[in-house]
Amino acid sequence: MSNATVAESAKDKDARPEKARRPASLWSDAWHDLRRNKVFILGSILVLILLLMAAFPSLFSSVNAYDPSTCDLSNAREGITSKHWFGTDNLGCDTYSRVIYGARVSVIVGIATSLISAVVGGGLGLLAGYYSRWVDVLLSRLAEIFFAIPSVLGALLFLSAIGRENAGAFTVVLSLAVLAWPLILRIMRAAVISAKNQDYVTAARALGAGPGRIMLRHIMPNAIAPVIVTATLNLGVFIAAEAGLSFLGVGVQPPTISWGLMIGDARRRFLEAPEPLIFPAIFLSITVLAFVMLGDAVRDALDPKLR
Amino acid sequence: MGRYVIRRLLQAIPVLVGTTFLLFATVYALPGDPIAALGGDRRLDPQLVSRMREQFHLNDPLLVQYWYYIRDILSGDFGTTFRGVPVSSLFEGKFQVTFQLAITALVFEAIIGVGLGLWAALRRGRWQDQAVLAVTLLLVSIPTLVSGFVLQLVLGVKLKQNTGVDFFPVAGIQDGMRSYIVPGLVLAGLSIAYLTRLTRTSLMETLRADYIRTAVAKGMSRRRVLGRHALRNSLIPLITYLGADLGTLMGGAIITETIFNLPGIGQQLFQSVYLRENAVVVGIVTVLVLVYVLANLIVDLLYAVLDPRIRYE
Amino acid sequence: MKNPSVDTHLLPAERAGDEPLLAVDNLHVEFQTRQGVVRAVNGVSYSVDAGETLAVLGESGSGKSVTAQAIMGILDMPPARIPKGEVRFHGTDLLTMPDDARGQIRGRRIAMIFQDALSALNPVFTVGWQIGEMFRVHQGMSKRDARRKAVELMDRVRIPGAKSRVDDFPHQFSGGMRQRIMIAMAIALDPEILIADEPTTALDVTVQAQIMGLLAELQQESDMGLILITHDLGVVADVADKIAVMYGGRIVENASVFDGYRAPAHPYTKGLLESIPRVDLKGQELYAIKGMPPNLLDMPTGCAFHPRCPYRKENCVTDAPPLYTVSDTRGSACHYWREVLDDGSN
Repeated sequence: MSNATVAESAKDKDARPEKARRPASLWSDAWHDLRRNKVFILGSILVLILLLMAAFPSLFSSVNAYDPSTCDLSNAREGITSKHWFGTDNLGCDTYSRVIYGARVSVIVGIATSLISAVVGGGLGLLAGYYSRWVDVLLSRLAEIFFAIPSVLGALLFLSAIGRENAGAFTVVLSLAVLAWPLILRIMRAAVISAKNQDYVTAARALGAGPGRIMLRHIMPNAIAPVIVTATLNLGVFIAAEAGLSFLGVGVQPPTISWGLMIGDARRRFLEAPEPLIFPAIFLSITVLAFVMLGDAVRDALDPKLR
Repeated sequence: MGRYVIRRLLQAIPVLVGTTFLLFATVYALPGDPIAALGGDRRLDPQLVSRMREQFHLNDPLLVQYWYYIRDILSGDFGTTFRGVPVSSLFEGKFQVTFQLAITALVFEAIIGVGLGLWAALRRGRWQDQAVLAVTLLLVSIPTLVSGFVLQLVLGVKLKQNTGVDFFPVAGIQDGMRSYIVPGLVLAGLSIAYLTRLTRTSLMETLRADYIRTAVAKGMSRRRVLGRHALRNSLIPLITYLGADLGTLMGGAIITETIFNLPGIGQQLFQSVYLRENAVVVGIVTVLVLVYVLANLIVDLLYAVLDPRIRYE
Repeated sequence: MKNPSVDTHLLPAERAGDEPLLAVDNLHVEFQTRQGVVRAVNGVSYSVDAGETLAVLGESGSGKSVTAQAIMGILDMPPARIPKGEVRFHGTDLLTMPDDARGQIRGRRIAMIFQDALSALNPVFTVGWQIGEMFRVHQGMSKRDARRKAVELMDRVRIPGAKSRVDDFPHQFSGGMRQRIMIAMAIALDPEILIADEPTTALDVTVQAQIMGLLAELQQESDMGLILITHDLGVVADVADKIAVMYGGRIVENASVFDGYRAPAHPYTKGLLESIPRVDLKGQELYAIKGMPPNLLDMPTGCAFHPRCPYRKENCVTDAPPLYTVSDTRGSACHYWREVLDDGSN
């Protein structure tokens, strides 16, 4: 017995007394870990603030950024003042209130894309892993084809084909999710294949449980952890991608306020008036950081091997 | 090894066909008439429209159109834009710029990522390790969009204003190799973070392996254990990651090239998207996807060279 | 080449001027974990002489492998720590020796083979490279000479077609052949001591016997001291000269292999012996020691074996037994060793 195993078995015995094999304890252990994880706490606080900002921007800003009458062209590209904390943009609109109102698109696109790709990829992964044979071959090949397309390029192509007049948060979500599900499928499929050969699944089948029941009640709870980890880590990736696509002009369209669009608008006068670009950039980074922190913490809690 | 190579090559064919078809279908099956779009708000002469539809095979079924397209691509002809310019002429010189940018980024990635990762792994659990992990967290969180503009402002403008140092060009490629330093760093950002983490876990895992214990028991020095026995094994996943990343970097250069005004393929793509030249967009994306798929293929083959367990499968 | 006149079973401290080849003396090893200090080895002493085979027996977690790793100096420190004890080689303590002096001994004069030869061999180097490395690094031999020596060694451990297989990779060999390669690597520089940590556990029964036979033969040829670590008493009965039984990080019994097998003086040894399947007792129910191995973080009070012991009396729960002298070649850490011994010889 090596020293590592001595230390590990001793650790296991202490941390997880009897129910080490029960799936329920994975979740309670993970929750136990998360509650003490500083990264998770900080990330959660930031995410909560962002959610609040996305739902009720008026709590954070007295100016309604969607009201054009609040802009004053004669004050364009004004620096930081007591009235305009983050200065004003090319059209004399208040950057602070626009940054606050811009949170909504980021949060919606991030969460919706992650959710859709997890549900579609997870569902198909469950089928591919459970049924093997032709269902698996078909789905896996299909995933491989989508997988070969780098996501920014694929989304760009998809969005430019749809045309700018049809573009918006919804099409951005669609274009990103279309390319994101194959990764989830792969992860889910691998987890299902390892779960379905466990004794309790064989036992459930022997007791006459149907495929639907076996998949949903017995396999899924034991295979979903890596999907949750990836979906959480993806949140930040999708938020950054939305900003990039909007910056390139194929994402959400004005008058919708998005940090990516704001950065794109402020770009030409950036070197003389950096504020309208820097502030949405800072918020974008902090938002991505918050979700990445959450994802890192969830991964550490659910899958200690990946650490 | 020969069997492995052949099998891997054969596997790549359906992926390539499927992927190019997918790209093609995305553009041609979606709503919007490309010829009508060419005219903008004006109505085009119906005779001209029908002649153009004929010329671009727009009246044929999708599969037939795809066949023409693939046939042309295989013969090096990427078609012409609706405005009559050959797509391949738009590529000239631009791939070199993008390639050079991606290679610069790859060099940064390899040096910084592998270096930081090895350093962190050898100081596992100590403050240096924690610091490296915190840095990777920050790098992952800063989109190219942000780091690009910030470095442009800080290195290109503020540094010059405040210290007179004018070493980092931040727009265009007039300064040769030097022009690629800052954009390369920006493009590499995310990859540096991933590679650092990958290097760290890879070396840590290797150091836990039984054969490392064997090497120590054989009386090998720490230097030799790390340098010969551990490094070779932990480098395998890193080299494959780097190889595959070349394709990712070339495909992801669009924002970096736009910010730093580099006349690469990404900037061309951006302009074509802006001008709605779908033929050009499809052409460029197809080529970049091909680069990506081929990079992955080459990496898989490289893997077989590096890891004897696969070679003799 | 055995020297029966030398008493090798007493603790080194008790011997008069006759230092064995390798002596472990009152060794303690502990691991720092998040849950606290794990005392994996608690005052272990044993010794081996040239040409002698010591079998160290015990369940996983008994500290037998950790002791071996401490002898080799391949423990990760931290988390491991050696607060007390000595490992004397030719009378010199290895633990207090400077690193470079110890490096001269490790691999050259004291060598070790491990349980799972597939994971213990580096997958990306050929077996010839790995065997030859001993000669290249330790003796400065040229690549070509080292490769020739590797072929010779592979012949010596009876790998068929050594010459054509020297450039193969570990995964291309069968389990038994891989263990032979490990052995070839370990005996490359004619070590004085060879430690074999569960060398046959991962192998088929027939292959097990072949490997044990090979080890015994190599030992005869070169007069090595052999420390054979195993949990399987059946494997060692034919090759060992003496046994040391470990439980919960301590030696609970040491004896000559003859005495130990004939009449154990510790209930744990007795239990281990009774759980070996025997041809002459076919049809009888196989005995198994009840209960679980002790948790090293939370050792039972008194005698560590008391929760599982059929001979348990009240004082076993409170008083830890010392290693009682059973005879001048034997010790047992059981308050009631006489009863156990009497039961065994009946």
